[in-house]
Amino acid sequence: MANLRGSVVTNGTLHNPKTQQHKWQSTDCVKNGIPKEAQQNRKPPFCDKPIFESYPEPPLYVLVLTYMGYGIGTLFGYLRDFMRSWGMEKCNAAVEREEQKDFVPLYQDFENFYKRNLYMRIRDSWNHTICSPPGPYFDIMEKVSDDYNWTFRHTGRVFKDVVNMGSYNYLGLAVKYDESMNTVKDTLEKYGVGVTSTRHEMGTLDKHKELEDLFAKFLNVEAVMIFGMGFATNSMNIPILVGKGCLILSDEFNHTSIILGARLSGATIRPFKHNNVQSLEKLLRESIINGQPRTGRAWKKILILVEGIYSMEGSIVNLPQIVALKKKYKAYLYLDEAHSIGAVGPNCQGVRDFFGLAPEDVDVYMGTFTKSFAASGGYIAGKKELVDYVRIHSHSATYATSMSPVIAEQIIRSLKLIMGENGNLGGRQRVQQLTKNIKYFRQRLKEMGFIIYGDDYSPIIPVLLYMPAKVSAFGRYLLKKKIAVVVVGFPATSLAEGRARFCISSAHTREMLDEVLEVVDKLGDLLNVKYFPFKKSGHSAPALYNEKSFDNEASFDEMNVQPEA
Amino acid sequence: MDLKSVKEYFAWLYYQYQIISCCAVLEPWEQSMFNTILLTIVAMVVYTAYVFIPIHIRLAWEFFSKICGYHSSVSS
Repeated sequence: MANLRGSVVTNGTLHNPKTQQHKWQSTDCVKNGIPKEAQQNRKPPFCDKPIFESYPEPPLYVLVLTYMGYGIGTLFGYLRDFMRSWGMEKCNAAVEREEQKDFVPLYQDFENFYKRNLYMRIRDSWNHTICSPPGPYFDIMEKVSDDYNWTFRHTGRVFKDVVNMGSYNYLGLAVKYDESMNTVKDTLEKYGVGVTSTRHEMGTLDKHKELEDLFAKFLNVEAVMIFGMGFATNSMNIPILVGKGCLILSDEFNHTSIILGARLSGATIRPFKHNNVQSLEKLLRESIINGQPRTGRAWKKILILVEGIYSMEGSIVNLPQIVALKKKYKAYLYLDEAHSIGAVGPNCQGVRDFFGLAPEDVDVYMGTFTKSFAASGGYIAGKKELVDYVRIHSHSATYATSMSPVIAEQIIRSLKLIMGENGNLGGRQRVQQLTKNIKYFRQRLKEMGFIIYGDDYSPIIPVLLYMPAKVSAFGRYLLKKKIAVVVVGFPATSLAEGRARFCISSAHTREMLDEVLEVVDKLGDLLNVKYFPFKKSGHSAPALYNEKSFDNEASFDEMNVQPEA
Repeated sequence: MDLKSVKEYFAWLYYQYQIISCCAVLEPWEQSMFNTILLTIVAMVVYTAYVFIPIHIRLAWEFFSKICGYHSSVSS
């Protein structure tokens, strides 16, 4: 097999991504799969910078101590399991019935062991009940447990005005009823709430058509189809696009809905390393050379599944290079923009807009309305032939109830706000405010010395905590201080990488962010989680927090270089 | 005030120990059990070191000095 450095040959030269400086003055007709006219006409704003995503390594003792902590937890888990099975302790977990004790054991694998012994102890950090709209401040109901997290009860007390750093409210559109929602009220009066039918039977409303046309205009594609549930959009529509004899190349950190859809389709699935274009190219070459597994025939279709922003790492997909690869090897690209639609890109149009690519570069656009649009549901967008095919063949359209008209109107209202109709520049301002907030927050966290993953423009900021007890202590302490974050542990991330995930919204003000940062700073010292491997020489000068310096790209790059030292 | 900051520092160290070894999420009787076992092991290590290390060092010193002494007596 030719080595990958040698792959810089023939059509479409693919440079080493780290040193890729796009040279637009090439005399070649096609360079990197992007036609020359497109290169000259369009000035991609962010295409000149290589994607800078670092995954800083903590000092080695941190990983050793993390595994040691898990080891101690496991030992105590064995002890408790022993006590439970010998009747010395009441067993609250699920067990088989007496008659089934001789069958194949149901609850002895690692996942159930972990859930019984490790997850149960820290379970109170999750599944909170909220009782207000998920705006920048919201209310959480208090829950206590009398028997170490096996059962909970609500005391009736409510924590009011908790700062919300956990909801995916990127553009701040999830608010109580206000005058922009008048159309939603009218729709409720005219249509009611329930649809009571599927798209294929009696469930297609004129509201759906209006939303689909408006959304196609927003995304700059030919056609769009709307579904009632975002998870079902992925899991029910990937099986109709690919089948047996096709190849799916999916990123290793893809969402469960994508993985489920890929498995249901029956195609061959090969995962590639996260956001790693070399790994993807190697897989593509090997697969095309070897063909289908047993017969060696050519693949019927090759589909690359990626997400716009990954929700656990906060990284943005390396779209220009993946598009170049797909053009070179004649594959199809399916882009899941669940988190990135509305939150990145100068016109809020997602990662394609962020990188300045042509709308035809991505074959299938998918996204959800749950995050930036403050509604629910999903869409599939692309060329008209594709969407017509999806309309006829989708399982979701045949069997699942279509979107409620009230929700469709809420999405139309959000869309009109974002697109800036009726004169106001609402969307642009919101996304600019969001970008400012993101820059400021990431900057300050990096200076404090936390290890943060993710791209500089992504609104999801995971702070790495590594040890399981620190993960739970972080969540509890912050809730006591009236800040709500989502902390993530083992099954959703790898074993040693527990993290706390901050989601920035454009509705957050500078004061709110400062308040959160102060508490996080103190908490970082208390828990000793400031693992960034650089020598801190006191605090940086306050001049860095000047408003102007954040709008100036050049100075941000200088500040970005600083933690490398 | 120095005493207070020293006490706070030790409280912080104890909290770090609890967090790192997952004692913070264990039930109180499990914590006491873990602390007892750990202290017992540490006490045994300290006792063994106190009793045996001086003797081993003395024996090792005699062994090496005999070799060097033998070597010097042969060479001279």
